[in-house]
Amino acid sequence: MLDILKPPVLAVQEFFLLAGRTFRNLFRRPHYAADIFLQMDIIGVGSLPIVSLIGFFSGAVMGMQMSKALQQYGAVGQTGQLVALTMVRELGPVLTAIAVAGRNAAGMASELGSMKVTEQIDAMRALGTDPVQKLVKPRLIATATVLPLLTIIADFVGLLGGFVIAYFFLNLSSAQYWNNAWQSLEYRDVTFGLLKPFVFAFAIALVGCYYGLATTGGTQGVGRSTTQAVVTSIILIFILNLFITRIYVSL
Amino acid sequence: MREQGTALAELEREGTVVERPDEQPVLRFEHVTVSFDEIRALDDVSFQVYAGESRVILGAAGSGKTVLLKTALGLIKPDRGRVWVFGQDITEMPEEELFHIRARIGVLFQEGGLFDSLTIEENVGYPLENQPSLRCPPEERRRRVVEALRFVELEHTLDKYPSELSGGMRRRVGIARAIVAEPELVLYDSPTAGLDPITAYTIIALIVKERDLRNITTIMVTHRYQDAHFLANFRWDPQSGRLAPAPPEATRTRFLVLREGRLVFEGTRAELEAASDPYVRKFIRREQ
Ligand SMILES: Nc1ncnc2c1ncn2[C@@H]1O[C@H](COP(=O)(O)OP(=O)(O)O)[C@@H](O)[C@H]1O
Ligand SMILES: [Mg+2]
Repeated sequence: MLDILKPPVLAVQEFFLLAGRTFRNLFRRPHYAADIFLQMDIIGVGSLPIVSLIGFFSGAVMGMQMSKALQQYGAVGQTGQLVALTMVRELGPVLTAIAVAGRNAAGMASELGSMKVTEQIDAMRALGTDPVQKLVKPRLIATATVLPLLTIIADFVGLLGGFVIAYFFLNLSSAQYWNNAWQSLEYRDVTFGLLKPFVFAFAIALVGCYYGLATTGGTQGVGRSTTQAVVTSIILIFILNLFITRIYVSL
Repeated sequence: MREQGTALAELEREGTVVERPDEQPVLRFEHVTVSFDEIRALDDVSFQVYAGESRVILGAAGSGKTVLLKTALGLIKPDRGRVWVFGQDITEMPEEELFHIRARIGVLFQEGGLFDSLTIEENVGYPLENQPSLRCPPEERRRRVVEALRFVELEHTLDKYPSELSGGMRRRVGIARAIVAEPELVLYDSPTAGLDPITAYTIIALIVKERDLRNITTIMVTHRYQDAHFLANFRWDPQSGRLAPAPPEATRTRFLVLREGRLVFEGTRAELEAASDPYVRKFIRREQ
């Protein structure tokens, strides 16, 4: 019975060891600045199209759904508010993180996994670099920097999607929609809307790197860790989101 | 079955490897055990290698040869036993200190271990750029990289990427990277695996040449007895520029045979060929 539990418990332990080593090295030299910028480019610029598309369409869909519901109370004019709140509080952070998890947790796991099975990770250590410093730290820093920015973009494009619906289909004026959206947002909505992606970044980068570095069993193993990295980081994003939202509503 | 002990007295009694008793081994394993879950990759392995010696490690796939080399580099920590390199106990040494030990060891990995996102020049120069105790200015780095690549006759590939080279060329780049920092000990993991005989000969000739030009302690893992034969019975002849037969004492080559993580044989080539164990004999009937 305990044998069934051993591998997952060991994996969690290994994951926290990696996380601990990354945090301990966060402010310790060497910092591989070039790697950080390269990762920011891959994660940030690379995810821009998909994040914008997802943001736009989910904003538009929310616009439609909310206006339909608001119609019953004769409050279609409040559409901007509901789109803004759902985008900034939930959809923006969560959908952006899921898109980035699908692209970049997978990318990190497969890249580091291939390096692991071709002994490039061993070579790094043998030739004087710490893979945590050289590979994990830049990916974590880049993700934690870029994901909040991507979320801001997704939020904004989502509002734009809602606006397109409001303006062309609901005959709301532009001022009506934007003012309503803007005024509904409280300071803490924005704070939590940006805290979420910052926390999700850890679930993406550390999980992606963990599965990459834990890869065994040749190219097949790389495929396996890539899948596991995506599944685990997405599940973690939802769980973390629940906890952060719980804190938000209790404030 | 363990045919030979590793005690100095025994080595001297054999008369083939004469050691001064005060000489410190370059590499020493004492009762080293490494396990992965249920598998014992190394099981109570003890041996020592002295400066200037050559070691050939034979063994079936999965017998623990790669794990042995990685344990010698401190990349894998033993569960039990101790490992000394250059007289220092590395068993529990922290990674930062290990870098200074590893700076003195060259290694060619079985899978090559070349960084496929870096050019050949960056690959070969990697230790000179990153190894804390080897760091040198860019001009000197480039000079040494070119020199190492010239040694393996690949100085024209500086700006290429590993994926643009053939398997044999990649292996040669790996050798260049292993020796660029002029290490005292070089570890080669299956340097000829998957190569045709002519390319394999080129690789072995480079290994012997490097060993004899700089008198380097060499440990080579292989499944091919032919490779072992060249390492044990040939020396680099600088006059003719190729390998020339040499008496076995001259190359100071000894053999280790691993079986499922256990060291089942240690001795000279003559002793290896006289061995009666069928597992050990499997490795010697592969010539020509
Ligand atoms: N990182 C690892 N995780 C789990 N098992 C491993 C690992 N590395 C090696 N092994 C196992 O240890 C044994 C010895 O492996 P290895 O030293 O690579 O063999 P070889 O002699 O072919 O080089 C094999 O059974 C292998 O499956
Ligand atoms: Mg091997």
